Amino acid sequence: MGQVADRIERKLRMAFQPESLDVIDETNQHHGHAGWRESGETHFRVEIIASAFAGKSRVERQRAVYEVLAEELAGPVHALALTANAPAT
Amino acid sequence: MSDNPVFDRIRDDITSNDVVLYMKGTPVFPQCGFSATVVQVLSHIGVKFKGIDVLADPGLRQGIKDFASWPTIPQLYVKGEFVGGCDIIREMFQSGELQELLKSKGVAVTQAA
Repeated sequence: MGQVADRIERKLRMAFQPESLDVIDETNQHHGHAGWRESGETHFRVEIIASAFAGKSRVERQRAVYEVLAEELAGPVHALALTANAPAT
Repeated sequence: MSDNPVFDRIRDDITSNDVVLYMKGTPVFPQCGFSATVVQVLSHIGVKFKGIDVLADPGLRQGIKDFASWPTIPQLYVKGEFVGGCDIIREMFQSGELQELLKSKGVAVTQAA
């Protein structure tokens, strides 16, 4: 796993103690697109399930994730596809 | 009026148009896959919207992120209210919530939820 992916995963685990977390580097699917860099790690997909999201709206859940990853989004990460849910009850 | 002229312009745009999409590129020629997805969803359910190209205006490109406290583009607004970005719009479309929301706000959709 790359350095950025690793940092994303660590931050999210610490902030939300997720039941399930996938950080997928999709940079290769965006070869040559805007924001793409040879060095990689520019396009990510994050799928996170955490009870911390229970009772929160979609916007609130995503905002919470964006806040934790503010530094990455302002820096190396060009695109982040995000699915944030509470565990099914 | 606020201290920030960009915010004033945004507020003006999202209140004078029922559905506004801040995007990269134009509805006819989106410059980003996420923006293209939202355009497709809106077109599919037959919603008229105003597309605003943030790439044409660097001040707006940053301003809209600050305005919504939302770090990514596209951003969809319905009747002045921020609804979400690409992932949220796609999820809401698939579950029918987007169509319901639009209808409840009095915006015409051609496809039933």
